[in-house]
Amino acid sequence: MSPRLVPARDDSVRRTDRPLTVTVDGTPVPGVAGQTLAGVLLAAGRTAWRTGRGGAPRGVFCGIGVCFDCLVTVNGERDVRACMRRARDGDAVTTQSRASAAPDAPGSAPDAPGSAPAPTPAPAPAPEQP
Amino acid sequence: MKRRTVVVVGAGPAGLAAADGALAAGADVVLIDSADRPGGQYHRMLPQAYEARAPEAVQHGYSAFEKRVRRVLGHPRCSWWAGAEVWALERTDGAEAEAGTRPLATAHPEPATTAHPEPPATAPAEPAGARRTGPPTAPPRPEHAPPLKVHVLTPAPEPGAPRRRHVLEPDALVIATGAHDRVLPFPGWELPGVVTAGAAQALAKGERLAIGDRVVVAGTGPFLLPVAVSLLEAGSTVTEVVEAAGRARAARGWLDRPWELAAQGGKGGELAGLTGALARHRVPYRFGRAVVAARGDGRVEEVVTAAVRADWSVVPGTGRTTAVDALCVGHGFTPRLELAVAAGCALRPGPSGAPADVFVDVDDEQATSVPGVFACGEITGIAGAPAARTEGALAGWLAGGGSPYARPVAALRRSRDQGRAFARRLARAHPVGAEWHGWLRPDTVVCRCEETDFASVCAAAGDPASGEARVAKLATRAGLGPCQGRVCGPTVAELRHRLGAGEHPVDPAGHPVDPAGPGPHHRPVAVPIRLGELARPPEPPAGEHPEQPHRPAQSYLPVEESGP
Repeated sequence: MSPRLVPARDDSVRRTDRPLTVTVDGTPVPGVAGQTLAGVLLAAGRTAWRTGRGGAPRGVFCGIGVCFDCLVTVNGERDVRACMRRARDGDAVTTQSRASAAPDAPGSAPDAPGSAPAPTPAPAPAPEQP
Repeated sequence: MKRRTVVVVGAGPAGLAAADGALAAGADVVLIDSADRPGGQYHRMLPQAYEARAPEAVQHGYSAFEKRVRRVLGHPRCSWWAGAEVWALERTDGAEAEAGTRPLATAHPEPATTAHPEPPATAPAEPAGARRTGPPTAPPRPEHAPPLKVHVLTPAPEPGAPRRRHVLEPDALVIATGAHDRVLPFPGWELPGVVTAGAAQALAKGERLAIGDRVVVAGTGPFLLPVAVSLLEAGSTVTEVVEAAGRARAARGWLDRPWELAAQGGKGGELAGLTGALARHRVPYRFGRAVVAARGDGRVEEVVTAAVRADWSVVPGTGRTTAVDALCVGHGFTPRLELAVAAGCALRPGPSGAPADVFVDVDDEQATSVPGVFACGEITGIAGAPAARTEGALAGWLAGGGSPYARPVAALRRSRDQGRAFARRLARAHPVGAEWHGWLRPDTVVCRCEETDFASVCAAAGDPASGEARVAKLATRAGLGPCQGRVCGPTVAELRHRLGAGEHPVDPAGHPVDPAGPGPHHRPVAVPIRLGELARPPEPPAGEHPEQPHRPAQSYLPVEESGP
């Protein structure tokens, strides 16, 4: 009852799966090399991993890097579009929330509680136009 | 003599054809795309890591596409910048970057050397659309006048490092940035599991991921067909395809003048194949219905559809609820215009005449109003891949210095005109009905990023103090979130127009505001750039730095040639 990867043995494109593992807020999530982070999360049964301003869950919407609904923090780098980033083995994904963001600092929302410590300092958030 | 340099932004059908054309004309080409593999949305390729042995199984027209990719990316004069984003264009002439500030002019570079662009795939018949200009007569553009500085971000050399900045100053720029799905809001469209038709297609074709088990595909336009078929192919059950256009209208649009369809690179055959696949899977295709709400606890669980009239007003008492675990929606496309707007290209109103329904205005040779800047593909009109390829071939050839009098150019122009006729026909068959806002409720989210609801948009439109668009934007915050109005921009503009807050009457000085103004497409920073990246100096220009990303895509090109 959720999104899933076409099983490699049934796949008409005859692909080869190489397993990888990412962590999402510290929990290991299995994936396949070549998938985007959004693909890994969806195939693992997670349809939502971010919360909007009002606290409502969000996941993939546009799938091609336009809508920014699927933002995650990857290895400490904030505001990464999960639909645009290929998963790498060992990626530490932490979910983001805009629920408590100040209205004029949308890039500065704190990560969700329980997120893994960032291995590198987060870069400055993307500037938003007035 | 120094060879001409052409930067092509976008490696979809239009951009690849443009690169091909510019290479054929003898130019050096830098082809830039934000994805890590060429093809754009139409030819979305599988990840290299999948090592797919039969990638053609999910691709329409794969062999011709693959041949072109090999020819272009393997060309010694082509640099392929994968995963790179153009974040700004800077005009070098000191003029204000404002659309429509210059008369439409034609750029005619040096006459052709030897090669010719690829002739159009289809034998051109009668020109189906009127051409705006006769034989090209405009004087050549002054040499050594790069039209723009192109600011590019390329991927970090190793994970975790900042992306690199580059500034290119080409002799000509071809913008082929394509379009993304337009989705009209409805109650519950922000629930997880509701995705754009393009997202479902990208995940199925590009990653082999089925978005759900029981899926409804809804909206308007022929794109719903391949999306439904991609889902079926990935193993989903498509419970129904819901097309808001009436059956008679869609049939008229599609079946009138079938020779036009045949001229569009086999669109007729493609259509038959897709409808056949739906029939085999017994997927009902319902005309004159629309998704008017999605419901669920934390994710979409059911979809409410209703019969709609020609203007998309809901027929009372026709609502029906369907259980789903995913919903894919597309109400046409929004061209990605930020770079064209940043370049200062004049725009023209689209077929609907709705505010924000605008495209790049190009002349008979795909030249924009800015000398040296060409545009092709969906940013000049939504006409499909074959038309985009033709426009790209024309734009690239001329941008690369090819002669406008070369014999294949005339054929390309005719084919392009047929493409434009096809675009008009698409627009006629699948217009967005004016009364769609009837399915909004006061608390329906209109701007997904800022969660601005319909009531707030209505209140701002009715308030004289916030009648001006900029004030309304600040008051409601619609369009101020991370996506910068890419999703809600056309919707908010249209709603405000309907609600009487006329978006383009007069400016504060009393001058009439251009109805084809950039509107929500004005984004001087085209993609987000981190302050740390901005602070770094740009890398030296090509040729002066050994680490310049030059043809990195070669790694994926197979060593030996295969195929015909």
